[in-house]
Amino acid sequence: MTTRQRRSRLPRSGDRARAPWCPILLTVAATLMIVSVGHVAATEVVDPDVALAFGALIAFGELARMMMPGNREVAPISTAAALGYAMLLDVEGRPAAHGALQVVAVMALGMIAGALPHLAVNRPPQAAAMARRLLTGALVAFAYRPLADVLWASTDHGRPGGQWWLVLAAMVVFAAVALVADMLVAAVLRAERMRTAPRVAVRDELRITGPLAAAVGTSGALLALASHGMGLVALLVFAAPLLVTQVAFRKYAGIRATYLQTVRALARVPEVGGYVDHGHSRRVSRLAVAVGRELGMCEAELLELEYAALMHDIGQLSLADPIPGGATVFAEPAQARRIAELGAEVIRKTGVLDRVAEIVRLQCDPPGPEVPPASRIIKVANAYDDLVGASADRNRSAAALERLRAGSGEEYDPVVVEAMAAVVARRRRR
Amino acid sequence: MRELPWPAKVYIVVLVTAAAALIGRDLVVGGGVAGGLDWPDWRTLIVLALLFLVCESAPTLLNIEQTAVSVSFSAALAAVVLVGPLGAALVGAVAVLSVRPGLPPVKRLFNGAQFAICGYAAGVVYRLAGGPDGLPVERFADLLVPYAAAAAVFVPLNILLIGVMLRLASVVRRDQVQLRDTARFLVSYLGYASFGLLIVGLWASVQSLAAVLVLVPVFIARWAFGQYRAQERSYEATMAALCQAVETKDYYTRGHCTRVSKAATMIAEEIGMGPRRLRAIRYAGMLHDVGKLGVPTKVLQKEGPLTEEEYAAIQLHPMRGLEIVKGIDFLDEAFAGIMHHHERHDGRGYPMGLAGDEIPEFARIIAVADAFDSMTSDRSYRRAKPVEVALEELRKNAGTQFDPVMVDAFVAAVRRRGWDPPVRPPAPPTGQPQTVMKDHDDPTTPIQVAAER
Repeated sequence: MTTRQRRSRLPRSGDRARAPWCPILLTVAATLMIVSVGHVAATEVVDPDVALAFGALIAFGELARMMMPGNREVAPISTAAALGYAMLLDVEGRPAAHGALQVVAVMALGMIAGALPHLAVNRPPQAAAMARRLLTGALVAFAYRPLADVLWASTDHGRPGGQWWLVLAAMVVFAAVALVADMLVAAVLRAERMRTAPRVAVRDELRITGPLAAAVGTSGALLALASHGMGLVALLVFAAPLLVTQVAFRKYAGIRATYLQTVRALARVPEVGGYVDHGHSRRVSRLAVAVGRELGMCEAELLELEYAALMHDIGQLSLADPIPGGATVFAEPAQARRIAELGAEVIRKTGVLDRVAEIVRLQCDPPGPEVPPASRIIKVANAYDDLVGASADRNRSAAALERLRAGSGEEYDPVVVEAMAAVVARRRRR
Repeated sequence: MRELPWPAKVYIVVLVTAAAALIGRDLVVGGGVAGGLDWPDWRTLIVLALLFLVCESAPTLLNIEQTAVSVSFSAALAAVVLVGPLGAALVGAVAVLSVRPGLPPVKRLFNGAQFAICGYAAGVVYRLAGGPDGLPVERFADLLVPYAAAAAVFVPLNILLIGVMLRLASVVRRDQVQLRDTARFLVSYLGYASFGLLIVGLWASVQSLAAVLVLVPVFIARWAFGQYRAQERSYEATMAALCQAVETKDYYTRGHCTRVSKAATMIAEEIGMGPRRLRAIRYAGMLHDVGKLGVPTKVLQKEGPLTEEEYAAIQLHPMRGLEIVKGIDFLDEAFAGIMHHHERHDGRGYPMGLAGDEIPEFARIIAVADAFDSMTSDRSYRRAKPVEVALEELRKNAGTQFDPVMVDAFVAAVRRRGWDPPVRPPAPPTGQPQTVMKDHDDPTTPIQVAAER
C-alpha cells in the first residue's frame, strides 16, 4: 500500500467540530452530578462537618487550578482532596459513614463553588478537564466506599496497635488505577482533538502529567490517613505541602510557556528586519507541527520541531548581505545551506538546544538516512510556504503540492509530502 | 577551605560542647524535664534520624543557597513530639553524618551541634507548654499550641545560631540579608513546620511508613523545581544566544545585550527590587535593542550627519523592539522598559519625549546601563573609555539625560562589586563591511542630524 493510499483512508473526523468522546464524557459527568446532588438533597448529609471541610478544600483547589504544558488544565489540590474524601475511613476515630454518592455531590458542589470566581472574571474552566476530575473522584468513591467498613475493621477499628497496611495498599491501588484511567481518558480526548496517534497521546500524557498525578495520589491517601490521627486539622496542615507542589509545577509550566513565546517572538526578528516574508516563520512552524503530529511525533519531538521551524531562518541575521526572501526554494542551494549552517551555529550557542540546531542545520538536505524527520518536515513546510505564502488560494495551494510531489523522493520525503497534503486538505475543508 | 577567624572557631567549640553536654547529661542521668528513652522510642528515633539524614543530604532548592534550609527541619520537629527533647537533640545531631560531598568537617560539626541545641530547646518548650508526651493523643488539637510554641523557638534559635556563625565567618555582610529574604525564609519555615505536624499525625496510623509517604510529594515537588530551574537556565541561554545573533550585524556591539542586562540588574538590586521584578528587568535589559534590526543597515553605516528621515528610523527602534516582544508573557514593566529606554530625564528623548518620573522605572534603569556599556566598549570611531571616566560622564549627565537616583545606584553598585568591561575585540577582519559608524547609545557622541534644506 502506498503512502498516498494510506493517507487517503484517514478518517475525516477532523471535520467534526467536536470529538465524539467529549460530549459523552460531559453527559456522564453531568448526569452523575445531578443524580448525586439530588440523592444527597433527598436524604440526609452524613457528617456534615467533614463534608463541608473537604468541600471547602476542593473548592480552594479548583480556585487554584493551573495549566500544565500543552494547555492541560489541572487542579491538583482539588483532586487530592476529592481522593482523600473518597478514601476517608475515620476522623479521629469517628468512622466515616458517607456513601459514594455523597462524595460525588460534595465534589461537584465544591468544584462549582471554586469555579465561580473564575467565571466571574471570564476565565471559564475547561469543561472536559473538570468532568474528568469529577469522574476520577467518582471512580474511587464507587469502588472504595463499599469496602470502607471492611477496611476499617481490618485496622481493629482504629485502636492503637491496629494494622494499616491493608488500608494503605488499597488506597494506593485505587488512587493509582483512577488516576491512570483519568490520563487514558485525557489522552483519548486529546488524540481526538489534536489528531495525535492514540498510543503517542497516552505516552505524552503519562510523561507530562504523570509525576503530578503521583504527587496527587499520594497526597490523597495521606490526607485520608492523616485524618485518623489529626482529625480535620489534617486538611489545614495539608494545604502547605500541596501548595508547595503546586507552586513548583506552576512555575515549571510558566517558564515553559514563556520560553515558547520568546522563541516565537524572536523568530520574527528576521521578518522585522525585512529579510524574510512577514509571518513566514510562524506559518512554517504551524504547518510543520501539524505534519509532525500527523506523522505520530510525541510532544517532546513536536516542541523541538516547532523551535527549529520557528528559527529556521535565523541564520539570515549572521549574513552581511542577507538573501532577500531567505532560504527559499528559489534560493541557490549553496546559499540556503549557508543560512542553515549559520542558523544552526546561533542555536548551538545556547548550549541546550543541540538537537534543534541539528534539525536546522540539515533543513536543506535531501532526505537521507542521516537527516532527522524534523528537518525533512521543515524542508517541505518551508517550500510550501514559499510557494503559497499567506494566500488562501486553492489553485495556488494545489499547484504548490503538485510541485512538491514532483520533487518527491529526490528533494522531499514522500511520506512527509503526503502527510502535508492531508493536513492542507483538512485545513481547506474547515 | 578558607581559614575561619578565631571568634568563629571559639563559637563552634562552645556550641559543640553545649550540645554534647545536653545530650550526655540526659543520656546518663535521665529523668528531669527531658525524660528518658525506652526501646519503642529508640525505634522511632532511628526512623526519624534516617528521615532527617535523607532530607539533610538533599537540601531543597526552595531557598537561598547560603543558608540552605531543608525539609530535615520537619523531621526534627516531629521528633520533638514523638520522642521528646533528648530524641530531638539526637535526631538533630545526625546532621554531622549528612551525605553532602565536599562539606567540610567543621561545617558538619557546627550543623550537628546547632540542630541538636535547637531540637533540645524546642523539646523543652514543648513539654513546658503542656504538650502531650508521645502518641496516641486524646485530642490532636491539644497538641497544636505546644507544637507551635516549639516551632516558634526552633525557628528563631536556628536563624540566630546560623546568623551568628555567618557573621563571625564574615560570609555575609549585614546589608546583604534583606527583610524580604527573611520573610520568604519564615514562610518556608512555616511550611516545613506544618510538614512535621503531618508526620506526627500520620504516625498514629501508618507509623514509620509515614516518613516514606511524606517524602513522596516532597520529592516530586523538588523534582518539579529542578525541572523549572533547568528550563529557566535553558531559557536564558536561548534568549542570550538569540539576542547575540541580532548583534552579529555590528562587529563592535557584541555582548552588549548581556552586559546591559547585567548592569541593569545591578542597579535594580541596589535600589532593592524584589525577585520577580529583578527577573523582569534582566529580560528587558537583554531584549532592549532587538528592534535595532528594523533600522536599515545603510543608516547605521552612514558616515556624517543623518537626514531627519534616517534619524526617525533610528528613533523607531524601541517601538519595533516592543512590537517583537509583545507576545511574551512578561511583566508590563519590562515592555515599558524596552519601549522607553531612550527617553531622557529632561524630556528630550524618544520615542515619546517623556520626562522625569513619567519615564517608567525600568526604562530609567536600562538607559543608564545602556549608555554605560556603550561608553566602556570600543567603537569603530573611538576607543573604550575607562570605567571611572564613563561613571563620571554618567554623573555629569545625571539630571539632564539620566535619572540621578539610578546613576547614584549604579555608581554605588560598581564601587562595591566592580565591573568587567568587555575584552577589547581584535581589529575587525579587513573587508568586513559591518562596522557601524555611529552608536545610538553613546551619550558622548550624539548622532548628528542634518538640518533639512
